[in-house]
Amino acid sequence: MKILVCISHVPDTTSKIKFVDENTKFDTTGVQFIIGPYDDYALARAVELKESIGSTTITVINVGLKETEPVIRKALAIGADDAIRINSAPINSYFVASKIAEQAKDFDLIMMGRESIDYNGGVVHSMVAEILGFPIVSPVMKLDIEGSVVKMTREIDGGQEIVEAQLPLVVGCQEPIAEWKIPNMRGIMSARTKPLKVVEVNSDDDFMESLKYELPPTKGAVQLISPDNISELVSKLRNEAKVL
Amino acid sequence: MSQLVFLESQEGKIKSTSLEAVAFAHAMGGQVTAIAMGSVSTTELEAVGKYGDIKILHANDSKFDKPTVAVCSNAIEQAMRAEKADVLILSNSSFVALLGASVAVKLKANIALNVVELPKTSPSFKVKQSVFSGKAYVWVEMKSEKKVISIKKNAVELKESGGKVTLVAFNPTLKEKDFNIKVISGTKATGEISLSDASIIVSGGRGMKGAENWGILEELAKSLNAATGCSKPVSDLGWRPHHEHVGQTGIKVAPQLYIAVGISGAIQHIAGVNASKCIVVINSDPEAPFFKVADFGVVGDAFDIVPKLTAAIKNMK
Repeated sequence: MKILVCISHVPDTTSKIKFVDENTKFDTTGVQFIIGPYDDYALARAVELKESIGSTTITVINVGLKETEPVIRKALAIGADDAIRINSAPINSYFVASKIAEQAKDFDLIMMGRESIDYNGGVVHSMVAEILGFPIVSPVMKLDIEGSVVKMTREIDGGQEIVEAQLPLVVGCQEPIAEWKIPNMRGIMSARTKPLKVVEVNSDDDFMESLKYELPPTKGAVQLISPDNISELVSKLRNEAKVL
Repeated sequence: MSQLVFLESQEGKIKSTSLEAVAFAHAMGGQVTAIAMGSVSTTELEAVGKYGDIKILHANDSKFDKPTVAVCSNAIEQAMRAEKADVLILSNSSFVALLGASVAVKLKANIALNVVELPKTSPSFKVKQSVFSGKAYVWVEMKSEKKVISIKKNAVELKESGGKVTLVAFNPTLKEKDFNIKVISGTKATGEISLSDASIIVSGGRGMKGAENWGILEELAKSLNAATGCSKPVSDLGWRPHHEHVGQTGIKVAPQLYIAVGISGAIQHIAGVNASKCIVVINSDPEAPFFKVADFGVVGDAFDIVPKLTAAIKNMK
């Protein structure tokens, strides 16, 4: 089986978000970049599938400039066999999806996170599926393969559903599909020599343009209420905040 | 301009987030049409008219009760073309985002997710999106002829003006392969209010000291008709089910009132709740970072304060 894991290159979840150039660019100074946390779950499950199914290969793909290579190497260290980097900034979700789809035709299972944590679109997987004509299931919390049937548990509002689909398939993953894997020393050493193919593309499809960033307005000071006067809290919620 | 709204339904009920999408579509001006799939009662559909005149295309067939992405996106595409709609307005749920993505590819439309306020339509079409998991916003220009927008909760004020509903039967043309996902079984916690729909949320963190102590939070939630949530450590420890995890890597919520009990307020948790209208923090540590983003705070022992709060709320009613 051939598995393709799509990884995003995103600021660590603890990052403070700031902008430069009159709020038109994300300020990457001091920001630690990681594999998208949800993509990391997808990768971890892919590695488990490879271990249990046998004769399975995992390719990771990322749409990004050279600066994303340390993150790609980390994915190789965790257990992917080879990697593809589409040499372009990830301009918008359709651009990313179409470039992934171009490389994804021969894969049986295409896995990625339910969403990236920078733009939080949660749409790239569905676009890839639409372009390739494959089914899409997301967010997937459990995934097992029996022959060409994929059994999954997906999250729905306030509950879960068990669903089945045939390969080829695209899935968006989230916890607890697998535990994040930390690369071991052998993995890190071997990752250095694993193949990483760089694909050049035209990046003229930029009709969706980011204009200006804004930060959320800062809150006023908190109003502290004494634990001995809880009825005051209730009356403030009702009369001041008008939320009760 | 004309807008099409997808009405997401669950067990025959239209979700409140979809009604917000209807209100948003009306606030943009112009003609509004909606599409509903599966067994939804006429009474439910009539209620959609409270935000203004609307035509509803209803694909009323039980085979659409648990639709796949392919089924819905093909139906929406056909409705967009038939109604000559310019903008597809979607509510914010992970399933609906999948539909939006699929329709956007079919229509070569730009797609904007997590839109937080009405678009600016002149001189060009611009929308404000929430990005970096609620830590920032970005204005983007949408240049394609057709557009797909999903809105975040509270993106528009709900104004009930009353209007006429015109129901039209709708029979999308579908292929066998569109039904490519089989739902085997489902479990849904009955009687529970879902986090994404709730207007009040009571959340607990590690400060609750154990799963066995959730009773007081459930009592409080019950008195407020609220949903219960939790922080990531709590769901990681298995004290609460995963679908209650609120935060950057869990569910991002935007209720009217968010009450956080025993949650210190890590940046990842705050990212998931900072769109809430009002935040109340109850924590024994006065230095807890959550107080910095709270509207109201109570410093003290949750096991003392929460029951008092429940009693005070019951008293008020």
